[in-house]
Amino acid sequence: MGQHDTYDAIIAGAGHNGLTTACYLARAGLKVLVVEKNDWIGGAAVSRSLHEGWTYSNCSYVCSLLRREIVRDLELPRFGLQVIPYEGGATFTRDGDYFAYLSDHDALRREISRHSARDADAYTRFSQTVIRQCRFIRPFLLRNAPDPTSLRPRDLQEMLYLGRKAHGLGAHELNETLRFWTMSIGDFLDEHFESDLIKAHLAGSGIIGTGLGVYSPGTAYVLLHHYMGDVDGSIGAWGFARGGMGAITKALGDSFTEADGTIVTGAGVEKFLVQDGRVTGVALDNGDEYRAGIVGSNMDVKRTFLKHTDRAALPDDFVTAVERFKIRGSSGKLNIALDALPDFPAAPKGAPFLRGDLHCSTTLDELERAYDDWKDGRWSSEPYFDMLIPSQIDPTMAPPGKHMMTVFVQYAPYDLNVGGVRSADNWDDIQRKAFADAVFDKIEQCCPDIRRHVVHAEIRSPWDIENEVGLTEGNIFQGELTFDQLLFNRPVPGYASYDMPIRGMYLVGSSAHPGGGVMAAPGANAAREILRGLGRRRAMPDHREPLGAEA
Amino acid sequence: MAKSAKIPQPFAVPIGLVPTPLQPRLEALSQAKAWAGWAGYITARVLDNVEFEYFAIRNQVTLFDISPMHKYRITGPDALAVMNRLITRDAAKIGIGRVGYAMWCNEQGMVIDDGTIFRFGEADFRLCCQEPMLTWLLDSAWGFDAEIRDESEAIAGLSLQGPTAFSLLAEAGFGDAVAGLKPFDLDEVEPGIWISRTGFTGDLGYELWCGWDGVLALWDRLWAAGGNWGLRAIGGEALDIARIEAGFIAAGVDFQPVHGAIRLGRGRSPLELGFARMVDFDKGHFNGRRALLAERARGPKHHLVRLDIGGFRPADGALLYHKKKKEVGHVTSGIWSPTAKRNVALAELRAPYGGAVKGDLWAEIYVNLEGQWDKRLVPVRIEDKPFFTHKRARATPPNRF
Repeated sequence: MGQHDTYDAIIAGAGHNGLTTACYLARAGLKVLVVEKNDWIGGAAVSRSLHEGWTYSNCSYVCSLLRREIVRDLELPRFGLQVIPYEGGATFTRDGDYFAYLSDHDALRREISRHSARDADAYTRFSQTVIRQCRFIRPFLLRNAPDPTSLRPRDLQEMLYLGRKAHGLGAHELNETLRFWTMSIGDFLDEHFESDLIKAHLAGSGIIGTGLGVYSPGTAYVLLHHYMGDVDGSIGAWGFARGGMGAITKALGDSFTEADGTIVTGAGVEKFLVQDGRVTGVALDNGDEYRAGIVGSNMDVKRTFLKHTDRAALPDDFVTAVERFKIRGSSGKLNIALDALPDFPAAPKGAPFLRGDLHCSTTLDELERAYDDWKDGRWSSEPYFDMLIPSQIDPTMAPPGKHMMTVFVQYAPYDLNVGGVRSADNWDDIQRKAFADAVFDKIEQCCPDIRRHVVHAEIRSPWDIENEVGLTEGNIFQGELTFDQLLFNRPVPGYASYDMPIRGMYLVGSSAHPGGGVMAAPGANAAREILRGLGRRRAMPDHREPLGAEA
Repeated sequence: MAKSAKIPQPFAVPIGLVPTPLQPRLEALSQAKAWAGWAGYITARVLDNVEFEYFAIRNQVTLFDISPMHKYRITGPDALAVMNRLITRDAAKIGIGRVGYAMWCNEQGMVIDDGTIFRFGEADFRLCCQEPMLTWLLDSAWGFDAEIRDESEAIAGLSLQGPTAFSLLAEAGFGDAVAGLKPFDLDEVEPGIWISRTGFTGDLGYELWCGWDGVLALWDRLWAAGGNWGLRAIGGEALDIARIEAGFIAAGVDFQPVHGAIRLGRGRSPLELGFARMVDFDKGHFNGRRALLAERARGPKHHLVRLDIGGFRPADGALLYHKKKKEVGHVTSGIWSPTAKRNVALAELRAPYGGAVKGDLWAEIYVNLEGQWDKRLVPVRIEDKPFFTHKRARATPPNRF
C-alpha cells in the first residue's frame, strides 16, 4: 500500500463510533480506511493486558447503551461479541451495613423496606418515571436531533416528530419531561425517597463522567442517559462484554475488515487536509497521506477542530462555539489485578450483589462534598466510586481464583491543583499514587483487606485518559451531557447533523448527538448522514421508529 | 399385620412427582421454587433467575440434572441389527466409544422420538430419549437375538455445559480422561463413571453418566471444583433458550411424537423435520423405510425451518404468512436470542413454503403492551445455520474458557 492511497471515506480514530461508521459505509460498498494513532484499536472501548494473565477493560467497563439495532446490523455476535448481564450491586455504609440493589423485584422491595418502609413502594414510582422518560427519549437516539432553528426539510420533519411525540405525552408528562431534563438528580431523588443511603446509591448514575454535583441542575438527565440502555430488553440493566470492552471494538473491527475495510494503526491524524472549503484527506503524524472526499472524525469536537484542522478553514463563530464546548475531565480509573477475591465483611458469604456495582458513598451530602473538592482542583478526599469485579462472571479476565477489579472514580480533576497552581502537568507518579491511596482508603470502608490482594494496578488520571485515548481533558462522554450540549446543541448549535463546516467532513463520535456511553449511535447516525449526502440513504437500514410505534 | 379399614392403604405406585437423587441439592439451591414434572420426576424450570442461568451456559459452566431421561440398553449378538431396524440412520457408522443423534419412525415414516445412541461395544448400545420406549423397542427387537433393558432408574445423568466445562472437569480430576474427547466421544473415565462430549446447548459441554446411587457424590465433586469456573446449577428454561439458539428440536414442541398424538396427521417424518441426512436408505430395511422412500419421491408435506424474525418481540406460537395474506405455518419455538441479539425461531411451514418457496414470509406477532394488544406483521428469513455456533464448541483439546 502506498502512502497516497485514495479511498471513498476515511475515518480518523478506531473507537467504537468510528468503527461503527466505517462498518456501515463499507457494507454500503464504499472503500473505507480507518486510521488510529494507537497500536491497537478500540479507543475507550479496549481490553488490554498490562500484567500477565489479567485483562483490563482499561477505560469504559460496562455495557448497556450499545444499540441493539447496530449490534444486529453489523452482526457483532457473529464476530464474537457476547454481552453478559450482571446482578445488582450495593452501597456499603461505614458501620458495617449495606444497601443491596437486588435483581429480584420482591427481594429488592424487602431490602429497601429494611432501610425505610416508606421508600419500598417509592421505588416502583421512581422506576415508572425514569423508564417512562427513557421510553420517550430512546427513539431520538438513532435519528438526527430535531433542530428548531433549521428550515431544511429533514430538520422540519424531525421537529414534527418531536412535536408529535411531545404532544402525545400530554401537559403533565411534558412538564415532567422538561423538569427531568433540567433538574438535579439530588432534587429528583429527594422527591421520591427519604433514606439517605438509597438516595446515595441511586445518585451515582447522575454524576458519572460529569463535571457536576448531585445538586447541580442537569444531573437528572445524566441518570436518564445511564438508564436508556438495556440488556435483552431489560431496561436500565448493565452487563459486561465477555473479554472486556475491547470485545465490542474487536467485533466491530472484524465486521469492518470482513466488509473489505482497511485499518491502519500506529499513526494518528496530524492534519485534516482541506482545499477550497472541502476536505481532501488526512495527513498522518508518520508523514503518510491518504485522500478521500469524505472524512469522519471519531475524535472529540475540540480535538478535531482545535488541534488538527486549520483554523483558517473554519468559520469564526464555529471555532468560538467549539472552544466553549464543555468537556471537563471529572473522573479517574483504577484497574486492579487481585490475587484472590477480597473479603467484604458486611456482605453475606457468596452474596450475588458482590457480582454487581459496589459503592461506599452513603449520602447525597457526601457526594456533593466530593464535588466541592473537584471544583478546587483536587480529587475528592471521599471519592465516589463505581467498583466491579467482572472476573467473578467473566472467566477470561483473570487466572482461575484470581480477580480483576475495575474502579471508576469520581471526582478527579484534569488540571490538578498543586500548591495553588492548576495544571494537567501536575499529574505525576507521586500525585497519581496519592490519588490511588485516597481511593484505596475509601474502598477499605467495605473491603478492609483490599491492599493486601493487589498484584498490579493501573492508575489513570483524566490526563492519562486524554494522553492515551485522546479524549480531551479525559472526559468520557466526549463532552458533558448537559442540556446546553444535547440534541440540536450537540456539539454546537447549527451543526447537530454530523456534517461540519468543511464540506465532506463529519463528526462521528460522542461529541455529536446523542452523546457518549458506548452506544455507537453517533457513529451509526453519522454513517446515515454520509450515505444520504451520497444519495445512498437506502444503503443502510432505517431504524427511525414511526410515530405511535413501539419496538 | 391386620388390615384396618380406618388406615388408608398406600398406593402401590408413587402418586405425584418423585425426586431424583439430586433433589436435596436442587432444593437447597432453589430460590424460584419453580418445579415442574419431567417423566414423573421433579425437575427445576428455574433455580433462581433464568437470565443469569442462561448466561452461565454461554459464558461459564452449568449443571443440569438429566436423570429423568429414558435410557434403554440394547445388547446381544443382534444388537446392531436391532438398532438398524429401529433408527433411520446407519448405526454401524456410530463407532464404539461414540455417541450419535438418531430418529426412529413408525411404519408410516412418522417420528416416534429422537435421541442419542451411545455405543459401548460391538453389540452394546444405549438409547437415551424423552419418551418411554420399552414397548416399541421390544416390538422392534422381536425375532432378533438381543436383550432390551430399561436402565432409566439405574443410570443417572448430569449435563455440564458451558465454555469452562473442560476446566472444571480438569479441576475435578477428570482432565486427563476428557482432554482427548472429541465431540460425540464417549469414555469410561473412572469405574462406573462415563463421560460423553455431548449436550443440548451447541456449546462446549459434557454429559456425565453413573449409577443412580452415585450421582449425588458426582454432583458434589463437580460442585466443589466449580468455584473458579463460575459453575451455576440451572433449570430447564435456560437450557431451552440455549437449545433453540443451537437449532436443536424438542419432542412435543417442534414435532409431536407420533405415538402420543391422537389427531390424525400430526406425525412428521425425518424429511419434514429437515433430517434427510439422518435417513440411510441404503443400509437395509428399517421401520418406516418404505413410507419414507415414497415421501422422498413425492416430496415432504411440511418443512421445519430456522427463522430469523424481525423486530425485538419473541414470536413463540406466531402464525406465518406468505405475502402477508396466506397462512402457511407457525412458529414452534420462538425466543429472543440473548447471544445472537436477534429474534430467532424454529417453525413449521406447509410445503412448498420453506422448501421451494422461501421468500416473502411474515410472522404475525401479538404483543401485550400493559393491557393493550398490538398485532404486528414482521418479516422472517429462513436460515440454514444454527443461530449460535462457536469454534470453542469443537476445539480438541478444549479451551480453558
